[in-house]
Amino acid sequence: MRDKLLYIFGVLAVILLARDLYLITGFPAERNQGVIFKIIFFHVPMAITALTCAMVAFVSSILFLVTKKFQFDALAVAVTEVGLAFLAGNLLTGSIWGRVAWGIWWTWDARLTSALVCWLLYAGYLMLRNAIEEPTQRATFAAVFSIFAFIDVPIVIFSIKWWRTQHPQPVFWGGGSFPPDWKAVFGWQMLAVLLVGVVFTLVRLRQEQFQREIDSLRRMAHAL
Amino acid sequence: MAYVRQVLVVMVKDLRAELRTKEAVNASLSFALVVLLLFSFAFDPSEETTREISGGLLWIVFAFAGTLLLNRSFARELGNDCLDALIAAPIPGSALFLGKALANYLLVMAVELIALPLFGVFYNVRWTSQFWQLMLVVALGTWGMTVTGTIFSALTVNIRLREVMLPILNFPILIPALLGAMQLTSALIAGKPITADNDAWLKMLIGFDVMYTAVSVFLVETVLVGG
Amino acid sequence: MNAVAAEGVWKFYGDFPALRNVELTAAPGACLALIGRNGAGKTTLLRTIAGFSRPGKGEIKIFGNSPRDAETRRLMGYIGHGISVYDELSALENLTLFGKLYGLPEPRKTALEWLERTGLERVKDGLVREFSRGMRQRLAVARAFLHGPKVLLLDEPFTALDDRAIAVLQRLLREALAEGKTIVMSTHQLREALELATHVALLNRGQVAFHGERTAAMVSDPGWVYAHYGEA
Repeated sequence: MRDKLLYIFGVLAVILLARDLYLITGFPAERNQGVIFKIIFFHVPMAITALTCAMVAFVSSILFLVTKKFQFDALAVAVTEVGLAFLAGNLLTGSIWGRVAWGIWWTWDARLTSALVCWLLYAGYLMLRNAIEEPTQRATFAAVFSIFAFIDVPIVIFSIKWWRTQHPQPVFWGGGSFPPDWKAVFGWQMLAVLLVGVVFTLVRLRQEQFQREIDSLRRMAHAL
Repeated sequence: MAYVRQVLVVMVKDLRAELRTKEAVNASLSFALVVLLLFSFAFDPSEETTREISGGLLWIVFAFAGTLLLNRSFARELGNDCLDALIAAPIPGSALFLGKALANYLLVMAVELIALPLFGVFYNVRWTSQFWQLMLVVALGTWGMTVTGTIFSALTVNIRLREVMLPILNFPILIPALLGAMQLTSALIAGKPITADNDAWLKMLIGFDVMYTAVSVFLVETVLVGG
Repeated sequence: MNAVAAEGVWKFYGDFPALRNVELTAAPGACLALIGRNGAGKTTLLRTIAGFSRPGKGEIKIFGNSPRDAETRRLMGYIGHGISVYDELSALENLTLFGKLYGLPEPRKTALEWLERTGLERVKDGLVREFSRGMRQRLAVARAFLHGPKVLLLDEPFTALDDRAIAVLQRLLREALAEGKTIVMSTHQLREALELATHVALLNRGQVAFHGERTAAMVSDPGWVYAHYGEA
């Protein structure tokens, strides 16, 4: 059942991505920024997917602490890893855009900095997991840290925003130069990237489940 | 009342055990000194430049030196399986946590209050013009650092690479608090009191402390007994 | 009411069950010896009974209450593999500390009494790190008995002890049993343990393979339980 779901989502994501890519390449270059502006079709959906992942990780960490069901721990680690990958993609596309638009790869602007801090926070989560041997303790401690990290995300974002900001204001709410037919494609692209996230998560979940079974079999073998 | 007494018993125990050997305090203090010294090579230590970056400089020293003390907090319980006896005792996990956090707080504050005048002497900076406001910022920033550091010290106590894991977990979480403390400290050392311009940092610092103290107290039992 | 009861206790390490549906009871005044091979789950079970970790499924009851209740914890004394006293503190400071944590009315006086009972009154102000191994172990015993627990949980109590500490511990355990206290201990030292025990439980891969009264046959042949209920 889950396998079928995985394939359906996978095929859907590929089709959507292909269609969006075709449409996006067909759009004319943006007035002020030129072709590079189109990177926003990847940059922003990746950020939103990463944030969604952090939220899911937070909820499933709480659910693990409440229920002690390892499925929630597996979900937490799966979405955290996927979220980290997407956030890395977000940082990378942002950096490429910055090189073209501002002429620099990196600047300590508010959004960039807070994205990097969040990336480090969740990288710490994975390192903590790696360092703990016993599965129940690993899941419990990781869940506690995930809660700490998620609470920090808004504080990081706001504090760094006060500190400085030179990021281009979001183009949707600021009125910017985003034509209406682009908006529809953007919506579809958002869905496509989210779907890719879901597919990755499902694959990772399966791996986690196998890993747990192998782990338990190994312990069983040691106990013989 | 009984709760406060339990917190104090744990705190006094930790302080007494540490002050008898002074291992962690001495290490932390010498480390603070070394870092202070190293900074003098990193930039031209004239009064003007130093004042401008004093907040950043001091809090890096505080965070590094504090980590050494925080690492010892639960590691001290590891040697003879003392943590078992504490968990077995009829005190709430939160009292145990707060007692240890308070002991850490006093030790870290002591190191900071020695490092601060040394910084003034080394870099020829008059830092006392806004003394009480500066103390308030140091006290708030240090509590934030201690409260997350103590709970992470419990998280990392019996895992591989304990000494490295604590700062890896603690520093990113602390970034907002450190950022606020740095901004305020630089301004205060330059002689500018906290005004409507920058009191948002102070509020953030207080919010950070309150929030993480509450979450830690709430989750510590889970960390100690595994939920 | 049973002093100690494990009701369908499971404990998991990931998916691996370290304890499987453990049903055990010990009445007040009983001394239950937990035996079994390394990795059978003896320590895990004792730690779960002591309330150091929660069972994955099932429940532990100490006089009908959860071992995590503060009132219940006052009734329990635990000796594990470590001595659980602080190297940097003196013997008296250590015992006074635990006396205060247990809320005893006169922690210092009680501490001094126990130092005397364990033959440590002469070195009461010495730091534990300067103590010999035997002295440290006697202090650990005093620490566990200090608050007058009704249930004593001992993990391999005789393994690391020297002769004098064994003598002290055995005397205290006999006194405790005479006073109607309950003892649960895991052990490899079958001879010492079976002499004291009123009941025996054999753990095999996290399951209770045998639970019953200690018989004369077990004392004369310590391997008897293994021979009849253990694996081939």
